[in-house]
Amino acid sequence: MDKLSQAQSELREMDALAAADSPVHRLHPLCKLLVTVCYIVTVVSFPKYDFSGLAVMVLYPVILFQAAGIPVRLCFYRLRIVLPLVCAVGLVNPFLDHTPLLRLGNLVVTGGVVSMLTLMMKGIFSLMASFLLIATTPIDSLCAALRKLHIPSILVTLLLLTYRYIGVMIQEVAVMTEAYKLRAPGQKGIHISAWGSFLGQLLLRSIDRAEELYGSMLLRGFRGEFYYADVPPCRMSGVLFTVGCAAAFLAARLVNVPALLGSLFVR
Amino acid sequence: MIEFQNVSFSYDGAHPVVENLSFTIGKGEAVGLIGANGAGKSTIMKLLLGLLNGQGQISVDGIPLNKQNLPVIRQKIGFVLQDSDNQMFMPTVYEDMIFGPRNYGLSKEETERRVDAVLSRLGLQELKYRHNHKISGGEKRMAAIATILAMEPEAILMDEPSTALDPVNRRTVINTINDLPQTKLIASHDLDMILDTCQRVILLSHGKIVADGDAETILRDRELLEANRMELPFCLQGWHGGSR
Repeated sequence: MDKLSQAQSELREMDALAAADSPVHRLHPLCKLLVTVCYIVTVVSFPKYDFSGLAVMVLYPVILFQAAGIPVRLCFYRLRIVLPLVCAVGLVNPFLDHTPLLRLGNLVVTGGVVSMLTLMMKGIFSLMASFLLIATTPIDSLCAALRKLHIPSILVTLLLLTYRYIGVMIQEVAVMTEAYKLRAPGQKGIHISAWGSFLGQLLLRSIDRAEELYGSMLLRGFRGEFYYADVPPCRMSGVLFTVGCAAAFLAARLVNVPALLGSLFVR
Repeated sequence: MIEFQNVSFSYDGAHPVVENLSFTIGKGEAVGLIGANGAGKSTIMKLLLGLLNGQGQISVDGIPLNKQNLPVIRQKIGFVLQDSDNQMFMPTVYEDMIFGPRNYGLSKEETERRVDAVLSRLGLQELKYRHNHKISGGEKRMAAIATILAMEPEAILMDEPSTALDPVNRRTVINTINDLPQTKLIASHDLDMILDTCQRVILLSHGKIVADGDAETILRDRELLEANRMELPFCLQGWHGGSR
């Protein structure tokens, strides 16, 4: 399977994943959205040296991945392109911050190293939570939840259509790449001299496809407000999940749980 | 039901694609729109749906086509696109089928009733929750027709409905078209299909009507067809009849 077909199939697998059934999938999309936002805000708000305090936050994605029946490694596999970028953000910290924080024998752990690790963890946790949300909530339900939060219709529609058009665009790229390869046997990838015309053609073809699709939507009564999935009213389980998670995040943020546990054993 | 009065259209303002076109299609009529490539078949359909703005007057059921009346007219007319991939943009057949009815404010119950009725009429029940990318070309074409029928339009426009279909799927589409009671306007190069589905034919050339009348009479007129870059339908060519 070539890279484009793989990208297409991964996109479809995400839809299939979101359509599965589990206690996490059954939660109200608005609750999941609010908890995810709450989680990311909490994670980001940890001080740069509070590595141990932040470590507790891994429990949320790990527990929910288990409850949803989604292997954590799948998350890391799907995020394989973004994760290195997120991890690269803190790489310069060890060179800028030399404050010694910890001494392990002869090894001095500086503030730069700790802040780098903290920053990486913040990025990874946030990505895991976002992936969890997308993998357990169909895009239509997610958009419906956004509308319930009174996010402007145009933004939500834009999000939904962008998601839908990614597949269409990958299809166009796949067709063009195949046509190119058939006339350039033995050549690896697309030659740099063809990039300009390739991108130009892709743009024109994408516009044509987009216009056709939009025409088809207009003819079936689309008037700017997308019809989103029917979201049932939020049940008590959803409210409890939201309140419970928010309280747990707040507690984890205010109390350094690993330090507290450690103090029980070490005086 | 559908009326064109002196309708003209040009993409660049200089070369008319459709010129001074006038015709009427009555309620329940099945009309084939034939002509060579670039004759203006698809343009006529897009003009009728308000996707293109031309000069002259177009009306549907006596309602003039203008910006205010567009939603009403589009509710009355369903359009089956040539490329089903452009029509089926939702993840599943079911979601695509409810897209139109829900946009027109129908209740969930009524939408469900329509979806089930259309699927059972076309024998497509097993496609209901299938993903669009996982169904075959023939199934997709039938599903595209189903999405339009779920809106219960009074007239149906079809652009090349038999393109890229194998003989069995083509026959299924033809039978489906024949079973539809709605007014039909079908643009196609498949003259055999036109002969099977339409009682009347409008032959276009360079945006003008060359012939308008009984389908069999026009489709048997070899000279007329060949003068307009077309051939007799295969079923009428016979052993010695064809040019090959």
